Amino acid sequence: MNAAMPKCFKKESKPSKFCPGCGHSIVLKVLGQAIDDLGIQKKSFFSIDIGCSLLAWDFFDVDTIQTHHGRTVPVAWGFKRANNKAIVIAYTGDGGGYAIGLQNLIHASLRQENITVIAVNNTLYAMTGGQAAPTTMPHEITDSTPGGDFTLEKPFFGPEALLTVAEGTPYIARGSISNPLILKNYIKKAILHQQEGKGFSFVEALSTCPTNWKTDAKKSFEFLKEMEKTYKLGELKSA
Amino acid sequence: MKKVLATGNDAVLRAALDAGAGMFCGYPITPSTEILAGWAKAASKNKNLVFVQTEDEAAAGFGAIGGILAGKKAWVATAGMGNVIMQDPLSLAEAMRIPIVVYIAQRGGPSTGTVIFSQQEVVLTRHGGNGEGLRIVYSPGNIQELYDYVFKAFNIAWKYYFPVFILSDGYLGKTLSEVTYHQGKSMPPHPIMLNEHRLAAGQHLNLRNCYSLEEELGEVLKKQIADWEKMSEKVTEHEEFYVKDADLLIFAHGSVSQAAKAAIMEARAKGLKVGLFRPLTLSPFPIKESRKIVKNIKKILTIEASLGQFSDIVKSAIFGATGALYFEFFKPAEGITPEEILEKIEEYL
Repeated sequence: MNAAMPKCFKKESKPSKFCPGCGHSIVLKVLGQAIDDLGIQKKSFFSIDIGCSLLAWDFFDVDTIQTHHGRTVPVAWGFKRANNKAIVIAYTGDGGGYAIGLQNLIHASLRQENITVIAVNNTLYAMTGGQAAPTTMPHEITDSTPGGDFTLEKPFFGPEALLTVAEGTPYIARGSISNPLILKNYIKKAILHQQEGKGFSFVEALSTCPTNWKTDAKKSFEFLKEMEKTYKLGELKSA
Repeated sequence: MKKVLATGNDAVLRAALDAGAGMFCGYPITPSTEILAGWAKAASKNKNLVFVQTEDEAAAGFGAIGGILAGKKAWVATAGMGNVIMQDPLSLAEAMRIPIVVYIAQRGGPSTGTVIFSQQEVVLTRHGGNGEGLRIVYSPGNIQELYDYVFKAFNIAWKYYFPVFILSDGYLGKTLSEVTYHQGKSMPPHPIMLNEHRLAAGQHLNLRNCYSLEEELGEVLKKQIADWEKMSEKVTEHEEFYVKDADLLIFAHGSVSQAAKAAIMEARAKGLKVGLFRPLTLSPFPIKESRKIVKNIKKILTIEASLGQFSDIVKSAIFGATGALYFEFFKPAEGITPEEILEKIEEYL
């Protein structure tokens, strides 16, 4: 991974407000590199959810708005509908994307809204102190699944679900912060998909939350690897 | 300038188009559905108009906000529970000073209630968010006013950057009446984000509505409230009807104010000294004007199709300004006829 700060980073807001070991910093770093590589800093509109993702409101020297829980997707397509020259990137967590904002996400994909959505999956609601999300792993211990009770037997698979409903030829992929270069590649391809006017694109990024997982560096990475066994990495193809 | 026979809904649509609206997002709900369908028809003929029928009212409001950030005059229309759901984006619009225009066709409540009329969405429309209600709310009473105030709403929104509401009802929307379309001057919109001038100067805009410290948010609100107060004097509107020699002063708004006018004409023919004070802006409320007018009034009668949502605003506005006796006539979620109002006038005068 390139150690240099992306050019589109807002230097005044670094070091970032994310916890040590948080995967958001890596996802945002590769997004920043993708923005640099594609030369789209001045035409990108970045719309972010609340939850931990809201801490990215001043992460980039890119026009950015922080919205409400689950509502970053409609703000993003609203912008794109009014200005189709813009590159519109919506950024959300798994709670915002797959719980409160799922209806908006599904319909955006159904209408082939020509935007790129990045959903960061760390299996819980981090900002509120680590409650269960639709992505919480079976029997995972969180603030609202004490002792591993009350978890879903089968968590929610965002990219796979969207693949079954999205119209046209969407670009859908799942990457992980365990391999930032591949994740960056997916994000670039998703943005190019939008730039070429091909419609909806979506990248899920598996990520770490040591603070709420209550894990050290080694155990955080081990849990990420566990997640990768459940949530298969790669580009999803239409059948 | 063109005089036509039109329904209230037609007048609303025409006003939005004349004002340069370029985008509408919505979800069908009676009695505001005709606005959505009418815009869809217009957008199918004019590719410059954006139309999105969304999955719910929250998406409609947030989609319109996205469009506004990109520089379109975007608007929404809803009613009843749709108004409830839309408070999520409207609260964001309030926090971030988004110049959204919102047409509300009140229906009966609570919950699904009835589909055509009430004045029960006054509190929700003025104060629906988890904030201070820094929203402009017009309450037109006839079809001409629907046209005039929807047109004006876009100018006011883009001039002052506060959300602007037109609080109507299903009866008004479906009434057929003569109306003059007199397209005036409209404010041109401009992109709030990805603004070319700003980008050329190498600046990027980072916007948030979430703050870490009480003092941070306090500063933001202080500035917003100061802007609101400065603006209030300029946008507050009201109408006075036979008030000069009145002993009894009626407070009413929207369609009910029209029934009150009809009743006052009949009462005047009988020699009864009754008049009407009618706020055209429910927010900001004409506080100064209403306090001035009630000074020498003997009796006040507030009439509305809800259980005091409007009367509470009146009472708080005129508190301490008069020694007049105060009467109330409420019919929550039911129409009010001039005959009923005349009866009340005769009872209290």
